[in-house]
Amino acid sequence: MAVSQQNVEAAPFEHLLRQHLGHDLLRFTTAGSVDDGKSTLIGRLLYDSKAVYEDQMQAVRSGRLNRSTGPLDFSLLTDGLRAEREQGITIDVAYRYFSTARRKFIIADTPGHEQYTRNMATGASTADAAVVLVDARKGLLPQSRRHAYIASLLGIPHIVAAINKMDLVDYSEQIFHGLQNDLQTLAKQIRPEAALSIQCIPISALEGDNVVTHSQRMPWYSGPTLVEYLEQVPVTRLKDSAAFRFPVQYVIRPGDEFRGFAGQIASGSVRPGDAVMVLPSRQTTRVQSIVTFDGELPVAAEGASITLTLEDEIDLSRGDVLVDPERPPQVSRRFAANVVWMHEVPLELHKQWLLKHTTRQVRAEAHRIRSRVDVITMQHSSATALGLNDIGVVEFESTSPLFFDLYAENRIAGSFILIDPLTNATVGAGMITRNLAQKKAVATSQLPSALTAEEMTSLPRLVTAAERFQKQGHAPAAIWLGTQASLAQRLERILFDSGHNALWVEDKDRDLLSTRDCVRTLYVAGIVALYTAAHHAEHEPSHLPAIIHATLQSAHVLDARHVLDAAPSQPDASDDDAWLQSPAVRSILNWIEGLRISSPERYS
Amino acid sequence: MTQLLEVAPEIPIPVLTAGIGAPADSSHLASLEAESIHILREAVADFARPVMLYSIGKDSSVLLRLAQKAFHPGKIPFPLLHVDTSYKFPEMVAFRDNYTREIGAELIVHGNRQALQDGASPFKLGTQKCCGLLKTRALLDALESGGFDAAFGGARRDEEKSRAKERIYSFRDSAGQWDPRNQRPELWNHYNGRLAKGEHIRIFPLSNWTELDIWLYIYKENIPIVPLYFAKEREVVVRGGSMLLTQGPIPLLPKEVPQRRVVRMRSLGCVPCTGAIESTADTLPKIIQEMFTFQRSERENRAIDHDEEGSMELKKREGYF
Repeated sequence: MAVSQQNVEAAPFEHLLRQHLGHDLLRFTTAGSVDDGKSTLIGRLLYDSKAVYEDQMQAVRSGRLNRSTGPLDFSLLTDGLRAEREQGITIDVAYRYFSTARRKFIIADTPGHEQYTRNMATGASTADAAVVLVDARKGLLPQSRRHAYIASLLGIPHIVAAINKMDLVDYSEQIFHGLQNDLQTLAKQIRPEAALSIQCIPISALEGDNVVTHSQRMPWYSGPTLVEYLEQVPVTRLKDSAAFRFPVQYVIRPGDEFRGFAGQIASGSVRPGDAVMVLPSRQTTRVQSIVTFDGELPVAAEGASITLTLEDEIDLSRGDVLVDPERPPQVSRRFAANVVWMHEVPLELHKQWLLKHTTRQVRAEAHRIRSRVDVITMQHSSATALGLNDIGVVEFESTSPLFFDLYAENRIAGSFILIDPLTNATVGAGMITRNLAQKKAVATSQLPSALTAEEMTSLPRLVTAAERFQKQGHAPAAIWLGTQASLAQRLERILFDSGHNALWVEDKDRDLLSTRDCVRTLYVAGIVALYTAAHHAEHEPSHLPAIIHATLQSAHVLDARHVLDAAPSQPDASDDDAWLQSPAVRSILNWIEGLRISSPERYS
Repeated sequence: MTQLLEVAPEIPIPVLTAGIGAPADSSHLASLEAESIHILREAVADFARPVMLYSIGKDSSVLLRLAQKAFHPGKIPFPLLHVDTSYKFPEMVAFRDNYTREIGAELIVHGNRQALQDGASPFKLGTQKCCGLLKTRALLDALESGGFDAAFGGARRDEEKSRAKERIYSFRDSAGQWDPRNQRPELWNHYNGRLAKGEHIRIFPLSNWTELDIWLYIYKENIPIVPLYFAKEREVVVRGGSMLLTQGPIPLLPKEVPQRRVVRMRSLGCVPCTGAIESTADTLPKIIQEMFTFQRSERENRAIDHDEEGSMELKKREGYF
């Protein structure tokens, strides 16, 4: 009898132990302010999952700053710092932990106000999912929009909107559906080109409806509860078939006979015998073994902290990276990135920062701020600096090359932080969107050498076209803007400001041949020529672009008129920012950006 | 003829992402282990002279195992520092000496000799002042005299409210103080360890572990821990609502009569300030099973946390771990 009873008792525990040992880990972020019910929601998640102990609840009940009029003020459980409790605000990112029968969770709990954009970004950087709180009574407030935008910017693949306080709107299906539509509109605004999906769940954190268990008061809702959703959402990982990236953290060399390279796999997987290439040296070798304290492994994948030994003796140290030789990362000193600025000292052009990317640290400076983003309206505007909590698209140049992937493809190999070398403060976070040196090969190979213009001089030139273009940093182009004189006028200025050699030419008197010669001369000189025609009637097509194209015979001739015609609305010169950010103008600027030739690698 | 532009407008928003720290073995313990090892290796690369604060408790035991794993087959490339208040349980000291010798770790033991000579004790000074002298002061002195620019600690964010907001790389100014409102943002797995002279960083590789994770890991990895964690009949006195073990330097008050009870320690500190709990859990599975029944947090029996509202935060600002 006694034995069987013991078994009955032991079996459920064995099961529980196995279950907990097998739990996976989901990290998610929340954001919100004092009154939108975030603390109540987190308190409920912790309390219902028994992650809060009785003495901690008692401390909440007896805390001398308890502001609550209700039975329990969960924010006293979550606001950790004295200043926060005194002022009734949340200042910083707090990390909280709970587990259910299926999974362990880490919440990065962040404040919601504008001045805490940096905290939201910090919390989002490691998250697999984001819970955006929406007050059912108030609809989509700026902070819900901000949180959804930042979650998307930081690459969180799963966004769930918890429509809270349903108890205060009589559990109205109509209100829920209205908000669901608003969120769909928001998703399209945030990411117009690829549908961002936002799952909506109607809840009452206070009453517990649809948090853990299904609500009896909302029979019209058949979707998952919040916890069910979080238990089922896949933990984000790249596929094991993703390109192998292994930034070397540390060289382990206990004696002469062992030399191992320690690091955490940023993406892909590795097996003994795999070919690997070392960057920056570009030497190739094979993996000899995967060494761990618990023995050698037959395979290791993304996220694993391991030590690799290699078949050949290769000089390799911290900051180098081992990669799949078939699919190497981008190697460049010039790149564009989305930047979240985190410090009172602003991001200014041509100031040097320390840039930390994987295990590598270089110096870098911003060359151009392409735009600043308003996280509420999602509008881009021009800017010359980024202040605290600003988000923008910035072009950087580093003193030595980075080996990176785009952030959209690889969150680790595509991200970096910026450090102020004077104060040592972490001032910014970057997500690489583009390699700006990528066009180099294309640009130099397509240089219109036929135009070095033997026909223009009687003796061959001693300056080659390539030298000329290399010196000024971009290839020439001829861009036809139809009759859009004001567009040409502004583009000339913008291009000048961003370091291009550009000149606007207008055909005033329908003198096609002299305009052609003028544009050709500019082109040979390496200049980005913007040309327009002044007088021709609306319906009369100009032959000018055709003539110029025939003369130059180059890929660097653009008829931007098509773009402008295709644009939904003509650029409005009266509204600077909207104009600059119209898709038509941005696509022209992008095209011009592709003309850049990177300067010779000074340090590599 | 002329080229029609087909360049898409710049799209600043990524579509696909890679997760952080989820290895092929996707269990949460494997993720936590990989993250902690990454932190330990970053720190050893970032700092000239790191040291590990070794408190002999269960979290220290886990941290020590992770350090072994991070640098295997090499030795742990930094010394362990035990700040000895002289009020530790004798079993802890014995465990410390045996275990560090066994794994070949370098151990530094440091105490505030002057304060001890002056008779510093929790009975005389109260726990706040005593901790300030024998732990915080001793720690800061040890860091300074050793020239250490970084110190690993086994603190976890689930332990206490102010710890929930502390960074993994936690910056301390030249007086060893923590400024909770001026912490460096920490994104992805990029840590900023830049220091000016005299400043240092406290590093918490176990930040994301919970008490349950620690026990599950000790069980899974079979990590040695101080026997005080296991239930056994021991001599105790009941004082101010907690049960204190009578071993070591703890004078009995008038009318106090020691009793023998089956107890164990849930967390380890100094003898006079750490209470035992009544428990029959004498194996790891039993301890883990007991965890699911706990109604009280593990630090409840630690006097120093409860002297004053927000007292852990105040201690940390002054330099306490």
